[in-house]
Amino acid sequence: MDTSAEAYWKTVLTLIAQVLAVWFLVSYGCGILFASALNNIMLGGYPLGFWFSQQGSMYAFVALIFIYAWRMGKIDEKFDVHED
Amino acid sequence: MSLQTMTYLVVGFTFAIYIGIAIWARAGSTSEFYVAGGSVHPVLNGMATGADWMSAASFISMAGLIANMGYGGSLFLMGWTGGYVLLAMLLAPYLRKFGKFTVPQFVGDRFYSKGASSVAVLCLLAASLTYIIGQMTGVGVAFSRFLGVSNTTGVFIGMGIVFMYAVFGGMKGITYTQVAQYCVLILAYTIPAIFISLQLTGNPIPQLGLGSEYLDTGHSLLNKVDQVVTELGFAKYTTNVRMSILNQFVYTVSLMIGTAGLPHVIIRFFTVPKVKDARASAGWALVFIAILYTTAPAVAAMARLNLHATVNKAVTQDRETADFFAAENQLVWDERPAWMDRWAVTGLLKFEDKNGDGRVQYYNDKTKDAAVVAKVEAAGWAGSELKVNRDIMVLANPEIALLPNWVIALVAAGGLAAALSTAAGLLLAISSAISHDLLKDMWMPDLSEKGELMAGKIAMACSIVVAGYLGLNPPDFAAGTVAIAFGLAASSIFPCLMMGIFNKKMNKEGAIAGMLAGLGITMFYVFAHKGIFFIKSTAFVNSVGGPNFFLGIEPNAFGAIGAVVNFAVAYVVSKITPECPEHITHMVEDVRIPRGSKAVDGSHAH
Repeated sequence: MDTSAEAYWKTVLTLIAQVLAVWFLVSYGCGILFASALNNIMLGGYPLGFWFSQQGSMYAFVALIFIYAWRMGKIDEKFDVHED
Repeated sequence: MSLQTMTYLVVGFTFAIYIGIAIWARAGSTSEFYVAGGSVHPVLNGMATGADWMSAASFISMAGLIANMGYGGSLFLMGWTGGYVLLAMLLAPYLRKFGKFTVPQFVGDRFYSKGASSVAVLCLLAASLTYIIGQMTGVGVAFSRFLGVSNTTGVFIGMGIVFMYAVFGGMKGITYTQVAQYCVLILAYTIPAIFISLQLTGNPIPQLGLGSEYLDTGHSLLNKVDQVVTELGFAKYTTNVRMSILNQFVYTVSLMIGTAGLPHVIIRFFTVPKVKDARASAGWALVFIAILYTTAPAVAAMARLNLHATVNKAVTQDRETADFFAAENQLVWDERPAWMDRWAVTGLLKFEDKNGDGRVQYYNDKTKDAAVVAKVEAAGWAGSELKVNRDIMVLANPEIALLPNWVIALVAAGGLAAALSTAAGLLLAISSAISHDLLKDMWMPDLSEKGELMAGKIAMACSIVVAGYLGLNPPDFAAGTVAIAFGLAASSIFPCLMMGIFNKKMNKEGAIAGMLAGLGITMFYVFAHKGIFFIKSTAFVNSVGGPNFFLGIEPNAFGAIGAVVNFAVAYVVSKITPECPEHITHMVEDVRIPRGSKAVDGSHAH
């Protein structure tokens, strides 16, 4: 396996791109761009687009950060660049 | 016990806790004073960051704006939380690895130039000072209600207390005080929300209550709000976009990247023990922030509904037969609830009996809906008679819902905690930027430590006076003013830090030109609308193309456009100027790898 600094950085950038894609989808996608279409679906008493913009996107943000931190920890160890 | 006594008691008690903890923690460990969170558990550190982050804008102002804007208010919710994802991934771990204390220090080293560092100080001051104006507006609202004085007097008293708090306290640096502040403000926010959610939907969790059935009517709460506001000529609550989809989008971007560019937030991640902790601590901070931010939409919709229900009995009647325009449904002013008088004193709530019938009509008198206009005319209404400042909604909310006095007092204490902790944090950022980054590092290297501290305090005093003065005639509601501050940070600091880490070839010429262009164009757009240095009479937007002339984007949202300009200018300039030196490229490569992180160095003034 290539464990060079370049390979590490490439892996990191891929992870960032993946997380950002989901980040964009739940906030700007479901919360703004497709909100009016999603509002035709109800989630309890919430129109779905409205729910994404005022609730769902924020839950997703929290989850994304922890997923990112966990995956980064693994990547750091794999490339042997972790602290201690 | 009267409400006033109760309020003094609760506010006094919370302040005693903060001071007590400050004394206890200081005696225990003076060395940890500067490196906040050095040995503190990441969860506690997350709470402290939450207290730092959630200001008067979040606590006092935001839900009121959402109540008014409906769906459009989502831009504050997503904007002020989504930025933490960017912060955690793009900036925090790398800035931590870099191992310096302040943003200007990073910029100065990475772009090998004191010029770049000075420009960063300028950007930081512009953003922080604007932010404090918003805080002072919020502080004014909180103190005017708390002490029962006019809003102007409230701002003056607030100025004095913020100054003492920041200058003599030094409490800011102590993480445990902030943990206490977080607890007070989150309890103060959620307890009334739980009460009101129970009252209106029977569900104690506000996040679920907002999506539940309203009072056994068979309709959801949001559906009820939609019905009430449209009957009265307002835009539909759940779909009311802020100006345009484009504006809503750009505004959200501006707040998100501004979050990742605000100096007092970034600083917290400089001082965690390890790179690994920098990533996770952003997550914990967001957990604690999200508790308030997911409650806010419920507070907003319920406050809106309760306010309408107070002045119009039709809100609680059967929806098939309810007549919002029947005279007997309108509140008789002489029978008004006591909270209206308490807020009338502050000047933030006003009643004017335009049609002289002694009853309160509250509706959208600018509506173009022909059906509503016809009903308004038939009922003999002569304009909306009640003016409620949006910034009072959260503080007045428990009073509107007729909750017990101790809850109302707790909310006042929470509002003060939110405003004071953030204002103090920003003032420390300003004073260290001026006294340390600017004076000591650049202009007067011989400055003694005492002189440096004195310069810092003078800088704080000046900032408070300027911010207080402008806070009397704020450019917008508290949250709106704070949004402008985020725009300034978004257009200047965020792109510069991003390029410093992700573009090895970015050179000092590019960074400086980018920051100046981004900040300059954003300030131009904001000042055109709000007046030069926020002095309203100097607004010149009509001579450059009319309000929101750039694609219909409002000034509060322009930071995102400024950031694009910043990136573009920096890229072009870096291509036509001398290349970045090799040792800097190596430094950037090193910053990208966690191993070898050291304790933070670089002396710090406070």
